[in-house]
Amino acid sequence: MSFLPLADVEMNNETQPFWDALHNNTLLLPRCTSCASVVWYPRAHCPVCFSTELEWEEMSGRGTIYSYSIVAKGNGRWKESGPYVVAYIELSEGPRILTNIVNVTPSEVHINMPVTAVFDTGDDGRVLLRFTSVSTS
Amino acid sequence: MSVRGKAFIAGAYEHPLRTIPNKTVQQVHAEVAAGALADAGLSFSDVDAYFCAGDAPGFGALSMAEYLGLQLTHIDNTETGGSSYLLHVQHAAEAIAAGHCHVALITLAGLPRSSGAGIGGAGRFGSAPEVPFENFFGLSIVAGYAMAARRHMYEFGTTSAQLAEIKVAAASHAQHNPNAFLQNTVTVEEVLQSKMVADPLHMLDCCVVTDGGGALVVVSPEVARKLSRHSVPVLGTGFAVKHVNNGRIDLTHTGAVVSGPRAFTEAGLSPGDIRYASIYDSFTITVLTTLEDLGFCEKGKGGEFVSGGGLQAPFGKLPFNTDGGGLCNNHPSNRGGITKVIEAVRQLRNEAHPAVQVPNCQFALAHGTGGNLATRMGSATLILGQEV
Repeated sequence: MSFLPLADVEMNNETQPFWDALHNNTLLLPRCTSCASVVWYPRAHCPVCFSTELEWEEMSGRGTIYSYSIVAKGNGRWKESGPYVVAYIELSEGPRILTNIVNVTPSEVHINMPVTAVFDTGDDGRVLLRFTSVSTS
Repeated sequence: MSVRGKAFIAGAYEHPLRTIPNKTVQQVHAEVAAGALADAGLSFSDVDAYFCAGDAPGFGALSMAEYLGLQLTHIDNTETGGSSYLLHVQHAAEAIAAGHCHVALITLAGLPRSSGAGIGGAGRFGSAPEVPFENFFGLSIVAGYAMAARRHMYEFGTTSAQLAEIKVAAASHAQHNPNAFLQNTVTVEEVLQSKMVADPLHMLDCCVVTDGGGALVVVSPEVARKLSRHSVPVLGTGFAVKHVNNGRIDLTHTGAVVSGPRAFTEAGLSPGDIRYASIYDSFTITVLTTLEDLGFCEKGKGGEFVSGGGLQAPFGKLPFNTDGGGLCNNHPSNRGGITKVIEAVRQLRNEAHPAVQVPNCQFALAHGTGGNLATRMGSATLILGQEV
């Protein structure tokens, strides 16, 4: 695991399978059976075609960095975590999602860097989806 | 239906203080309301419509109507962050044009400095559906804008020195504003050497944190005619929501791509007609991207446009934020917005500081950005004139 804070995430019936899958080191996202869009963030309908016929599908967990920032000093529980990297990564399946880049020296992070999923799990069972460089994974 | 010329800004008032200890938020709302009504030559009993956003306490307009003692037939709590108050001007103009009201009061107030809230949004996140997927990664407000700046640099070659030029111009204006929170001029070098907050944004790329507020009074043409004060007509309005669009995030464009052309079309004007622009400046990158999206320069050429004093009053290519803006003067309630309209009104009334007053300022634009740049935002554009 990384040394960044984990969180007590509030789940609901729309998002529970996503979080349950993370506990099994799997990235699941809904795919629309009508227009084939991958839905980000998870919800009960497709925001592209408004269909409610979605199926959970395993994603590759691979992507590239779309943009990032090295935060010198965070707020609240993140106060002592800096410098850390916040990034939007583009999943191979399309969506650009917010995450942290972990286990990489911040100054080595760059746009287009290939990354892979880290299922960052604490001893207390809390889990967040983070990413690391493909070369360091 | 166009609102062009159907509503006038008759009163505008900015709270003179930047630190306001020992007052409540509602009290500051009341103070700026009184200031704007006095500016217009109207009183609280003339108000029949009231507009406020998320900075107002309790039930918003319901709570505030009772607190202020207003008798209302029209209210609006529309909350789009820092762009709320520009959108309120549009909504007030629409309501006036529809005959629902004649005197609309808009207020903003906040005390983030005295309350120790620091920089950040006053947004109502709570149980929003995006929260579990975005709020647990240490994403500060600055970091969100920093990612937009990083991507702009990557796609267009924009530099930190070019972003710094925006702060330099704002500071050169703020030196003439005795109420500005920061009144010192700065150099590009000083911006680049200031502390890195969220790479690539430095401390001096960020707006100030101030207590304060502002208010506007928007009236019908019939009311405006009876007032002795110079009322500024609303000529064009535009608004757009931009969100992540199912993960298709595009960090280098804002909702101004849509709101700008709508406002220009309604006003019958183009960017070349604008003599002064108030551009929402939560961060330097906010200004750069917005200028491009509003059509003041080609996409990706914002860095060149702002360089070499391009934004400096009174003779730059496009004088902007002559009060010193959010970067130097005031960013009350961590959102500002209303201050953008107030300075545009000063310019059109020929009441800006003489050192920064744009000569013959016939048309001005004010633009508000609310939420997070390019990802979950409201963009509001107003075009105002000296006369219809």
